[in-house]
Amino acid sequence: MNLTLKIWRQKSPEKKGKMVDYKVTDISEHMSFLEMMDVLNEQLINSGEEPVAFDHDCREGICGMCSMYINGEAHGPDRGVTTCQLHMRMFKDGDTITIEPFRATAFPVLKDLVVDRSSFDRIQHAGGYISVNTSGNTQDANATPISKHDADEAMDAATCIGCGACVASCKNSSAMLFVGAKVSQYALLPQGQVEAVDRVKNMVAQMDLEGFGNCTNTGACEVECPKGISLENIARMNREFLSANLKG
Amino acid sequence: MSVLDSKVPKGPLKDKWTDYKDHIDLVNPANKRNIDVIVVGTGLAGGSASATLAELGYNVKAFCYQDSPRRAHSIAAQGGINAAKNYQGDGDSTYRLFYDTVKGGDYRSREANVYRLAEVSANIIDQCVAQGVPFARDYGGLLDNRSFGGVLVSRTFYAKGQTGQQLLLGAYSAMNRQIARGKITMNNRHEMLDVVKVNGKARGIIARNLITGEIERHSAHAVVIASGGYGNVYFLSTNAMGSNTTAAWKIHKKGAFFANPCYTQIHPTCIPRSGDYQSKLTLMSESLRNDGRIWVPKNIEDVKAIREGSKKPTDLSEDERDYYLERRYPAFGNLVPRDVASRAAKERCDAGYGVNATGEAVYLDFASAITRYGKEQAKIQGITNASEAKIYELGQAIVEAKYGNLFQMYEKIVDQNPYKTPMMIYPAVHYTMGGIWVDYNLMTTIPGCYAIGEANFSDHGANRLGASALMQGLADGYFVLPYTIGDYLSDDIRTGKIATDTPEFDAAEKEVKERLEFFTTNKGEHSVDYYHKKLGKIMWDKCGMSRNAEGLKEAMTEIKALREDFWKNVSVPGGANEMNPELEKAGRVADFLELGELFAKDALTREESCGGHFREESVELDGEQEGEAKRNDTDFAFVSAWEYKGEPSDAVLHKEELEFNDIELKQRSYK
Amino acid sequence: MSGFFNSSIGRKIAMALSALFLMFFLLQHLAINILSVFSPDTFNEVSHFMGTNPLVQYALQPVLLFGVIFHFVMGFILEIKNKKARTVKYAKNNGAANSTWMSRNMIYSGLFILIFMIIHFLDFWIPEINTKYIVGDMSGQLPNGEGFRYYEELVHKFEPIWRVALYCIGFVFLSLHLLHGFNSAFQSVGANNKYTKGLKTFSKIYSIGIPVGFILIALVHHICH
Repeated sequence: MNLTLKIWRQKSPEKKGKMVDYKVTDISEHMSFLEMMDVLNEQLINSGEEPVAFDHDCREGICGMCSMYINGEAHGPDRGVTTCQLHMRMFKDGDTITIEPFRATAFPVLKDLVVDRSSFDRIQHAGGYISVNTSGNTQDANATPISKHDADEAMDAATCIGCGACVASCKNSSAMLFVGAKVSQYALLPQGQVEAVDRVKNMVAQMDLEGFGNCTNTGACEVECPKGISLENIARMNREFLSANLKG
Repeated sequence: MSVLDSKVPKGPLKDKWTDYKDHIDLVNPANKRNIDVIVVGTGLAGGSASATLAELGYNVKAFCYQDSPRRAHSIAAQGGINAAKNYQGDGDSTYRLFYDTVKGGDYRSREANVYRLAEVSANIIDQCVAQGVPFARDYGGLLDNRSFGGVLVSRTFYAKGQTGQQLLLGAYSAMNRQIARGKITMNNRHEMLDVVKVNGKARGIIARNLITGEIERHSAHAVVIASGGYGNVYFLSTNAMGSNTTAAWKIHKKGAFFANPCYTQIHPTCIPRSGDYQSKLTLMSESLRNDGRIWVPKNIEDVKAIREGSKKPTDLSEDERDYYLERRYPAFGNLVPRDVASRAAKERCDAGYGVNATGEAVYLDFASAITRYGKEQAKIQGITNASEAKIYELGQAIVEAKYGNLFQMYEKIVDQNPYKTPMMIYPAVHYTMGGIWVDYNLMTTIPGCYAIGEANFSDHGANRLGASALMQGLADGYFVLPYTIGDYLSDDIRTGKIATDTPEFDAAEKEVKERLEFFTTNKGEHSVDYYHKKLGKIMWDKCGMSRNAEGLKEAMTEIKALREDFWKNVSVPGGANEMNPELEKAGRVADFLELGELFAKDALTREESCGGHFREESVELDGEQEGEAKRNDTDFAFVSAWEYKGEPSDAVLHKEELEFNDIELKQRSYK
Repeated sequence: MSGFFNSSIGRKIAMALSALFLMFFLLQHLAINILSVFSPDTFNEVSHFMGTNPLVQYALQPVLLFGVIFHFVMGFILEIKNKKARTVKYAKNNGAANSTWMSRNMIYSGLFILIFMIIHFLDFWIPEINTKYIVGDMSGQLPNGEGFRYYEELVHKFEPIWRVALYCIGFVFLSLHLLHGFNSAFQSVGANNKYTKGLKTFSKIYSIGIPVGFILIALVHHICH
């Protein structure tokens, strides 16, 4: 198939960017979206132009590195996939595809489609852990039974890949699905209880500091999340936050 | 006497590690504050090592090329992690895990290292659970286990099909705690481009900031390489796009010996290539072979008809199918080890029986499993005279519960419903058992330079068992390196900060900058990928699943020629002082072009078949095992450690003889 | 707790609590107004009670006023903050793919409700305050003394068709606002669990039922008089 691509080009964080049109031809429907981008880049290199910079790594939907806003949606029109798992059969011959970086004040553009998501890391530094040293004398893994239901729910929250699609899709650029998922994982496990009060307060404070917007419960994040992280995690974080503040 | 000293402690196998730890030199807590350690790579090994070293009090400087440590490719591991916990009461023990791992590695790993690995395996699970890793549990709330290929017990812990992700996020969370304390300085989007040696010791690295292009000097008292494997030398592999050998190769060029580069694991169940544009291969968990039957058509006419689309695989009757694994290995059938299954698929496809357009695919068929489960369910639910459709429906539900996410992934990629038509699979490069040679302390042949995780060679021999990679990465990072590095660093308590304004750093930086400048100014005509794809093809065709002397010699010549062309004709757009993904790739492919040749040389030298390394000249000539791999313990029970001497073809071989005192060497048989 | 109300989640919970209070008020308001259709006398009596009871007038009325103002002001503050969280807009954004129109446009439905509220206050609340506390007539009687004035005033207001139309439009926006707001308030205070599905059904009934009730009252009075 032949396609017209409208791609955001921006040389560096300080420079102004703009949308630029490109044409690609003979794209197979079996290609992944990023392989289509590879074709474009090979074409650009061979004609002496600078290729389009975009983040990508594992190309199997788990590392969370790829991050494009395609035709108005994070990771494009398919559901439950990252951009690297999006296939060209979702598009038709002759289509025009608009490709932009994830947009949020807390995700500044570094180059073209590459954004800086280190704000996510800093939220995790604020409390995304359980304080346990590596000693070899930790208590036996089976010493504390955890109900299968809780363990499964914690796992569902923990499958977040930190790609930032929630922020990109949210009309407020809110990071609450991301933070809610981490808070929930630990809130559901006995190991997480000791630090629960400080964790949720510190992580939320850092989230606010980074300049993410506030959640207005549109649910866009849940729909666009490649891992299907549920809104229940935001509700759980709200509860945890409220009770943490009531406790002092 | 070999120049290699493995430093394996004396004494009985099961006491070695405990005794050694008890007598090792330690650094007191006050002094640890004055010692810096660089860790390159933040996967399971690097992440866990960074966190643990920082907990101990060292100042850790960690580096990764991704935008966050959480994205290291350990995250993609699906299946699970082994540990000798014996929670299932099926007689598992440290010894059994040790034995299985050595046997699985086709008796080419170092006994003492593997025993230590098995010993600390149980601690890993305790540690991860304490960190909040949500392993799968049974209804009693206790940890669940699954079993994996090649062993007789259930010892694999898992978190759905995302065990690697959860373990990595555990290590990442431990890192986060130390980053918040200021004990780890995290350098995201940084790539190590050289190691700096001062007075023969590793004292720092030169790194490039991938956002600004700035070349930075970082000093430390020790350098730990945890940069993973080199599977991307094949261009197509299940590795991440950015996975590379640069850090490992740079230390090799500065004096670290590279061991067993030819040991590569080719995983049998990956989604086949669909065309030349393909950028990477996707693994489907090995667990699929528990219920799937692998076949190709018996008649070449049917193969042609299927490729043309005039016949569908489901049109073929049982008689028209060749279940080649069941035919060749009646005892193990579809559950033969990874290397055997991969070679058998290649053999059929080379003979022209591949079932897709590229001729490189075989079927993995669930129809009989679905029918079998369906009948079982009908019986359980008391449905008599169930229609075929009903049985299929009941069976499909069971298969969906077991492998639903994998089937869904397959359908997303291939656009075929694997419940209706057999899946297509083909082997793909997955893991590299070879790597930087290390001693019992995990130190390389450069003093103060360590290699851990997939980057080193030590624990998997010639073939890695399923669910062992995660175990090794975390064992090295959490429980081995943090002890053994103290032995070396105890001599450094009076050294003080390592200065970076020294001639050694000047020289290393100059070399790095010159190379970058070459790339950005060279007026070539081919892209980096052009060379990478060519290299990949040579590797796959001549150093792939089966190798012979003639092909390996050709590979060496071809790779050398390709490398020379690369240095003349490569074209890299953009500059060095900005974010430039093509420039990053150029440096990595340049190193692959050297490693590839050493790989072929190593494979040529090893005139035996063992594990993932199959030499066509070394097969059983008669008897029941006719045509199967033949290991040669008399001449090749050693580790090949290569010393860099300029050109890869000039590398000098050093042998570390392998001694097996606690295990009897046997030929593997799956007939 | 000052940190709490300066935090994103604290504000969101405050928004939700004020919304829950206002939604309860709406229900009460409709219940009283509906009496005007079925029994003008009861309507008059209840209105007089509400208009003169000190608890309602001096305690609940200020709380209600505060709730309304807080909800609006906080809504605008959050909107401005949220706009700042994305300063460069997407060239192409397909919001309809992942969220409802109502959820994305709360600020606009809210703005229309604000305009409606101003008119509504000018129509009823200001004259009421004027009569009671400026003129000082707490009797609730018609000027001619022939009984309570509340029903007569209500009916009179809905004589002009333009006002009825305006009210209808106002209630449509209220409905749109509630269709997202009702569930959203529960989600914000952390209530998302196995009852959420039932709550969603109830939410639809409430969000359409309440405004339709008000619209019907206005129409009935316009048509019957």
